[in-house]
Amino acid sequence: MFNHLLSLLIWLPVAGAIPVLLAGSTRPDLARWLSLLVAVLTFAVSLFLLVQYHPDAGGMQLTESYLWIASWGVHYSLAADGISVALILMTTFVGILVIAGAWEVIQDKPHQYMAAMLMLEGLLIGVFCATDALLFYALFEAILIPMFILIGIWGGPRRVYATLKFFIYTFFGSVFMLIALLYLYQKAHTFDIATLAALPLTMQEQTWIFFAFLIAFAIKVPMVPVHTWLPDAHVEAPTGGSVVLAAVMLKVGTYGMLRFILPIVPDAGAHFAWLIIVLSLIAIVYIGYVALVQEDMKKLVAYSSVAHMGFVTLGIFIAFLLVRESSNADMALLGMQGAMVQMISHGFVSGAMFTCIGVLYDRMHTRQIKDYGGVINVMPWFGFFYVLFAMANCGLPGTSGFVGEFMVILASFAANPWIALFAAFTLIIGAAYTLWLVKRVLWGDITNPHVAEMKEINGRETFVLVSFAAAVLALGIWPQPLVHLMDSSVSQLVQQLAIHKI
Amino acid sequence: MPNLNDILIMLPEFYLVAAVCLLLLLDAFMKPEQRPVLHWLSIAVLLVGVYLLIMGQPPQTITAFGGMFVRDRVSEILKVFALLTTVLVMIYARPYLIERKLLIGEFYTLMIFAVIGIMLLVSAGNFVTVYLGLELLSLSSYALVALNRDAKLPSEAAIKYFVLGALASGMLLYGMSMVYGASGMGGTPSLALEQLHNVMAYTTAPKLLLFGLIFMIVGIGFKLGAAPFHMWIPDVYQGAPTPVTAFIASGSKLAAFGMAYRLLDAGMGDLSQHWQLMLAVLAVLSLAIGNLVAIVQTNLKRMLAYSTISHMGYLLLGLAAAGPEGYAAAMFYAICYALMGVAAFGVMLALSRAGFECEEITDLKGLNQKSPWMAFLMLLAMFSLAGVPPLFGFWAKVLVLEAAIHANMLWLAIVGIVFAIIGLYYYLYVVKVMYFDKPAEGSVLQAQQDKPLRLVLSLNALSLLVLGLYWGPLLGWCRRAFGL
Repeated sequence: MFNHLLSLLIWLPVAGAIPVLLAGSTRPDLARWLSLLVAVLTFAVSLFLLVQYHPDAGGMQLTESYLWIASWGVHYSLAADGISVALILMTTFVGILVIAGAWEVIQDKPHQYMAAMLMLEGLLIGVFCATDALLFYALFEAILIPMFILIGIWGGPRRVYATLKFFIYTFFGSVFMLIALLYLYQKAHTFDIATLAALPLTMQEQTWIFFAFLIAFAIKVPMVPVHTWLPDAHVEAPTGGSVVLAAVMLKVGTYGMLRFILPIVPDAGAHFAWLIIVLSLIAIVYIGYVALVQEDMKKLVAYSSVAHMGFVTLGIFIAFLLVRESSNADMALLGMQGAMVQMISHGFVSGAMFTCIGVLYDRMHTRQIKDYGGVINVMPWFGFFYVLFAMANCGLPGTSGFVGEFMVILASFAANPWIALFAAFTLIIGAAYTLWLVKRVLWGDITNPHVAEMKEINGRETFVLVSFAAAVLALGIWPQPLVHLMDSSVSQLVQQLAIHKI
Repeated sequence: MPNLNDILIMLPEFYLVAAVCLLLLLDAFMKPEQRPVLHWLSIAVLLVGVYLLIMGQPPQTITAFGGMFVRDRVSEILKVFALLTTVLVMIYARPYLIERKLLIGEFYTLMIFAVIGIMLLVSAGNFVTVYLGLELLSLSSYALVALNRDAKLPSEAAIKYFVLGALASGMLLYGMSMVYGASGMGGTPSLALEQLHNVMAYTTAPKLLLFGLIFMIVGIGFKLGAAPFHMWIPDVYQGAPTPVTAFIASGSKLAAFGMAYRLLDAGMGDLSQHWQLMLAVLAVLSLAIGNLVAIVQTNLKRMLAYSTISHMGYLLLGLAAAGPEGYAAAMFYAICYALMGVAAFGVMLALSRAGFECEEITDLKGLNQKSPWMAFLMLLAMFSLAGVPPLFGFWAKVLVLEAAIHANMLWLAIVGIVFAIIGLYYYLYVVKVMYFDKPAEGSVLQAQQDKPLRLVLSLNALSLLVLGLYWGPLLGWCRRAFGL
């Protein structure tokens, strides 16, 4: 089993979706329990990663490789480093919570919903451990199918528009990456990412390939100005869809940057680092202001996701500046680590925020902030969690949101104080939009009679929120295990930044 | 005089001709209530044909009748898939034909005649064989389109198909005659493709040769249905009975690829620098017209017709690459398209019933609630046609794009990929209608209960997923066929 741990993690949920589908619409409870079983099993298996992966050794471990397409030399090859392990664990963890979160909320064809979730989970795990570029691409694109279905069937009133926009927008970006990969294949005659990383490329080639990769991943992250699909998709998606989208799917974009842009086109990456940094700062500052004026809770959190992901891209590309221009590898390492921690932290925080909104939506069937007010009076326990996650969202020390942002800001200060100044704006704006949201939803008097009828969270919802809260606090108070898990992988990435390929 | 060896080489073809003659006789002397047996007999005949093809597979390329007929790996693969997709069409067609009282001997015999045409065409080693195969295929297809002769639309479609087809055949013949003439200037005039291969080297009339080439490309473009020679496709697809449309979209496309390969590579390989660009132009036009016009269609058959045009654009990317890599990719694409197309039309056939033709896109409304399995099969077909991984259609697209880049036509690959994004919309729209819309009031949507249909259609659509996960062997065959 340990030789095929990663394969098992991919195929267990994908294959597990089949019995769930077969349970059919007539036995919804069987479908629910089966899918929960599969999700828990997957999580249990993913815990073995912690045993099998040796963080100190670094590099790619748990390697599996089989010749897949002989005449093209395409391999079904998987491997994981610390970053992959962390992301996979987050995926399997969130996987349980979205299934539990959808339990009785999804009444229409629950078996299909659960099956789509499980398939999505398996494919996402695959993305995080594929080391063959073509395999990565196939999985990267295949994610779109279950997500398309999830938003389209169980989404809100404008779901068709949102899901078509989501699919076509993200597909648009990735096809250019495909062309870039095929071009690289012409030169290297392989899709093995490690070999592609060693391939010498001229600056002109690197520039084209950089932008082809960038458009694919920037749309997924999403970065300004290609973020416009995200608010629509989030608002219309069912709660579980939003959670997976924010918590895991956005990370695919930044993960792709680490795996493709950094090693394959480092010189173009360094050359255009300023572009990404500027775009990240715009995301942090401008999108923060945009979030401030939102009247729809989901939209607000969606925009705040864009702003927070701005920190991840900032952290990755600030490392380029530090390594290439001031040879400050220590600070670069800090920035990169901050970006990684922020990735994981944002997964939990945004997932938790969307879950909270889902809890409110299930009771009131509205996401408009103005329809709420005084919720704390009827749902004190819910209020407790909501405030906790809101604090994490604005980066309060002691929560996971603080650690990553702080590290990235420190690193950017070393690169250029001005960058740090703008990045630090988030501490104000983030606090402003999140706390104002809390104020309008939780505090105050009950003005809407429907709010008075709201029921306190039940056991299932408490379980989901407690799990998220545990993760958020654990990472905030004691981030060391996570940092240690990723440490050697991140420093290897930083070392690669210094290598010139021209 | 043909000797026994020649006949043995052509055994599958001779066998099918004999079998179809027997079927004709049986049909004539059978009692009407026994006719349905013909269905199973025809399928058996085709399957035995597949068996003969695979068992008699020659170790290397061999020719019969003085080079008129070539039996090589390329033709073997195309023939096997043409026969298999025809079997699929027959199985899918049965309930449809019974309910419309069209289960008549003519359907089966014409179908098998068309298949024989395909087999001749893809094995052609001579202009005469090309023309013979083409006409056998086309004439059978014209008649098949008009199978339901009392209805207006099919008859109109058949006439259109016939007139335009005749025109294209004329163009092709004209082109052939020019090439024949040009080859005679400076050498012995030749109709054999093999001997024409280096005609450029000795002809004293290169202009005439190029003119001939252009006319031949028109003929090929027509058969493929590539823009701007695509006019017949939408009307014929919409007008023909759905099983016939399925056949034209699958087996016929394999034949078109075979014909293009024989004429261009075997015959005009020397002129590749000239026809490469022409094919690239055809490809761009097909991609543009196919994908853009498909978006506004409301009739599913018509939409799939325009989608065919765009798919032929992708196939042409491979052909335009003009090398073994490109041919292998294009053949892979043709096989892939045949399987996808037949699956999509198969679902339509499974949903049609007496008095209800499932052919408007809105007819599929809420299919996921009425018949989730059929909706899932259609979903596989649509995502595969759209080229979304991990389905089969994606890999076929990757292969032709790679071939184009390999042939230093990066721009063509980029055009191809841009139109893939545009084309995505109308396939997604079908999925949207099936999954996201509620069934219409009083919707009669219900899948046929015919067991063979359901089983084979499921296998067909699932094969798109399975081949998407494991396409190595098929690609290996395609590449070996072209000596890679």
